[in-house]
Amino acid sequence: MINKLLGGLVPFIAALAAFACGAIMLVALGANPFVGLEAIFDGAFGSGDRIAVTAVRATPLILVGAGITIAFRTNVINIGGESQIIAGALLATVTALALPDLPAVVLIPLIIVAGAVGGGILGAIPGALKAYASVNEILSTIMLNLMMVQFMNYLLRGPLIDPYELQAGTRIPQTQRLSDNAALPSLAGDTRLHLGVLIAVLAAGVAYVILWRTPIGFRLRAVGHSPKAARAAGINVKRNITLALTISGSLAGIAGAILVFGSEGQRMVTDGSATGFTSSAGFNGIVAALFGGLHPLWTVPSAFLFGALLTGATQLQRVLQVPSSLAVAMNGLIVIFVISSSRVRSWLDKTLSDSKLFNKQDDADSSHEEMSQTNG
Amino acid sequence: MGDFFTTSVLVATAASAVRLATPYLLAALGETIGQRSGVLNLGVDGVMMLSAFFAYWTVLETGNMWLGVLVALLVGLMMGVLYGVITVFFEATQGISGIGIFIFGLGFSDLLFRQQVGTPKPIRRLPNIDIPLLSDIPYIGEPLFQRNLMTYAAFALVPVTMIVLNKTTFGLNIRSVGENPQAADSLGVSVERTRFSAIMIGNAFAGLAGAALVLQLGIFQPHLTQGMGFIAVALVYFGAWKPLGVMGGALLFGLVNAVVLQWKALGIIPVSISDLAGMAPAVVTIIALVLLARRVNAPAALTKPFVRS
Amino acid sequence: MRKKMRLLTSLLALLGSFVLVASACGSSDDSSDDGGALTMAIVAPSASDDLAFSQSMVDSVNALDREITLSITDGTFIVEEAAAAIRGYAEDGIDVVIAHGTQFGASLAEIAPDFPDTTFVWGTATDTQGLGNVFAYSPASDEGGYVNGVVAAAVSESGKIGVVGPVEAGDAVPYINGFTTAAEAGGAQVSVTYTGSFGDVALAAEAAQAHLANDADVLTGTAQMVVGAVGVAADAGVPWFGTQSNQTSLAPDLVIASQVYHWEVVLEEMLDLRDSGTKGGKAFEINLANGGLVIEFNDGYDLSDDVRASADAAIAGIIDGSVNTGA
Repeated sequence: MINKLLGGLVPFIAALAAFACGAIMLVALGANPFVGLEAIFDGAFGSGDRIAVTAVRATPLILVGAGITIAFRTNVINIGGESQIIAGALLATVTALALPDLPAVVLIPLIIVAGAVGGGILGAIPGALKAYASVNEILSTIMLNLMMVQFMNYLLRGPLIDPYELQAGTRIPQTQRLSDNAALPSLAGDTRLHLGVLIAVLAAGVAYVILWRTPIGFRLRAVGHSPKAARAAGINVKRNITLALTISGSLAGIAGAILVFGSEGQRMVTDGSATGFTSSAGFNGIVAALFGGLHPLWTVPSAFLFGALLTGATQLQRVLQVPSSLAVAMNGLIVIFVISSSRVRSWLDKTLSDSKLFNKQDDADSSHEEMSQTNG
Repeated sequence: MGDFFTTSVLVATAASAVRLATPYLLAALGETIGQRSGVLNLGVDGVMMLSAFFAYWTVLETGNMWLGVLVALLVGLMMGVLYGVITVFFEATQGISGIGIFIFGLGFSDLLFRQQVGTPKPIRRLPNIDIPLLSDIPYIGEPLFQRNLMTYAAFALVPVTMIVLNKTTFGLNIRSVGENPQAADSLGVSVERTRFSAIMIGNAFAGLAGAALVLQLGIFQPHLTQGMGFIAVALVYFGAWKPLGVMGGALLFGLVNAVVLQWKALGIIPVSISDLAGMAPAVVTIIALVLLARRVNAPAALTKPFVRS
Repeated sequence: MRKKMRLLTSLLALLGSFVLVASACGSSDDSSDDGGALTMAIVAPSASDDLAFSQSMVDSVNALDREITLSITDGTFIVEEAAAAIRGYAEDGIDVVIAHGTQFGASLAEIAPDFPDTTFVWGTATDTQGLGNVFAYSPASDEGGYVNGVVAAAVSESGKIGVVGPVEAGDAVPYINGFTTAAEAGGAQVSVTYTGSFGDVALAAEAAQAHLANDADVLTGTAQMVVGAVGVAADAGVPWFGTQSNQTSLAPDLVIASQVYHWEVVLEEMLDLRDSGTKGGKAFEINLANGGLVIEFNDGYDLSDDVRASADAAIAGIIDGSVNTGA
């Protein structure tokens, strides 16, 4: 019991240590660290509206994270979240442009499906390349990230550009305002908390059910555990590898659709970079997934935590005039500290208890071990 | 198109390819060494940004370019120690710790730049140094032998890395702990020490890559690398964990980029599709790999922390 | 919860023991109207000292002839992050919030109606989206492009000029169009490369190299990644023309002229309107005629008198309407 308690505390202590480093940086910058940390907290949770924004920022992380879980459990690494988000957003945008007059009850599900299809395609490509042409998925997903940015720029600057932008000569690379029927409705009055948040949480639930409650999930995990054994058991390893990346991509694609139709502007806009649209959710989602111990449901609170840090960072800069990159650096430190602490935790477990009964590590820990075996 | 096939333009394109390839090559060689020992480092981009900033800052303050390179090397080594502690001692998951390093480098280099420098100020760029005789060879003299010292160093490190990996005891140890750490351990090879050294060397290379990038450009700007470190990781897979293959990948990637830019300048690629043309380097890299269809297995213990049983 | 946070903030501020503590305690909400200096905020996509777009606005606000308390949130190229900052400033009760990025417009359309007492200033944009508390601003960047183009064609010996742009969008397009019109009228051949990225300095540098390989002997470019291209120009001893901010510091011997955005000209008008009770609803343009665009020549570059005279003639012609920039 005691070791469980202590074990649970270790990641918190690690996170605190990272915050302490952040505080030291603040002092070095001549700012009051307490005011700074308070600003982060206030920015993330200071009002109902801010909590809503935090939840909205967490949404793509939940979806990408849930997808990452499925991929990593099948022993494939998906760093292609960025490209999958963009593809999902593009296909959803095109759908809304083509069928703007459909009623919301039809159009909203349709754009979500379009997002899933778009992202799914961008997941299926590296999946098939890995399974059938032995192209490593790290290579192909990184390259696809590069490609999709340019493709997005091409579409938003050319075929999909708001006709008004051409007419006015301002030429902002953005689509026209998309159909209001596709706008994700708010869940709580005037706040930004929209349907997308609920969809993300539900999707995480579905990912959980797929992985642990269906034969599909069983096969995926079997492939992840040992491709050889899976093959011997008659499981089609190649098809399942492709499937895992496809599902993973679809979830990221849904995040892309939600980014567009849950945005304040209700249109897709590019600043020329991937991050400008995705806010690096493709990478931060990986972090959220691993923080949640590669468990789809734990990804939800974990993503919320990172959403809070991201939202709080904006407030930090506003209040203290400290570059928000400080919060980015601190995010990195939190990842490093907490990921290192899982080892400290198992040492603690070992020293505090010789009994097998208490030595049972929780899911998060064992899944970290599993993650470390990815990419064979 | 005729404009492209003139000697001067072809030579300039090749030179541009070699320049572009230099930071990729250095970073990817380092990553190769690390991965051969069984350690994946996704944090290369972060290390490159940090070392590029420190190299830039040093040169800005002291005017001494080689001091800048040295500082970048030290920053790389320090990040190596950090990554080694995380992945070897704490046996942390490599994929995520690398991303942690990347995010840290991204944020911290930006923070330091804004606090210490602010406005981008130019520094001296690496001068090109002609290698006697070789630089006079027609066609290949200019692109290959009228380059800067960092480029020469990057290409010289290719055979050095090959020899170290394939012909020395240290290299044998690296390969054995990357393939079968348990067996290596039972033969008395210290898995921890070998991996730690490989990580240090790999990160030092990433540090040099950052220095090469910033000194070739003569300026720093937040997020200078724009994901180069990730491409370098991809090139290791392209090169099938072999220094020569990695060099081929870096040159191919640089060449496609250079050709696209040259074609844009010549108007062969019209402005309306310039973004589509920007997809070319990534597309070509993937297609090349599919066509080569090499079935090379990764180091068997890649990404697996060593736990002595 | 919010009350508690406020209390905590105040307590911490006390502990901070700064000079302003007394006044901060006096007004529990320290950013509300205290009748003193005008409070302004800038939300900008790149670093506030990027020698390009973002810096132009910061410099302009600092050049305003008023007492202003300015806060800046920069580097927010992520639209949603910028939207959060814009909303946050409005919530804090800042008088004038500048959303310095065309891409923030869509978010602003949602935010501005929620804060009718706040004036939002948005650009570069040519209309206010029908919002009563939004002023819009845009540069006639084709004008400076045209003047730079006139000079560029005159100093080019090979008759070839290279342009490095990010993505074919926004105010890069009119600048490059104006530049091309003038340079081609001056008998030069202009080649434009869009690298596809606002941030990739290395690619911008190589794009400049590609132009040099094709005999270009004058270069120009827009957006923050051109710092790489300026370095290439400096190494090759090739003249450079800047835009958005004065880029002379990047190559003191080789920058001939920079088109500099002086937003303060129109900001002043906006603030006057605000003082008289108009919170927004009007679009402004900076151009050569109203002094919002200034061609700043670099004294460190020895430009011949007749070329300088032709530049001045072009400026005069644009102002009186006799010259068409072609944009």
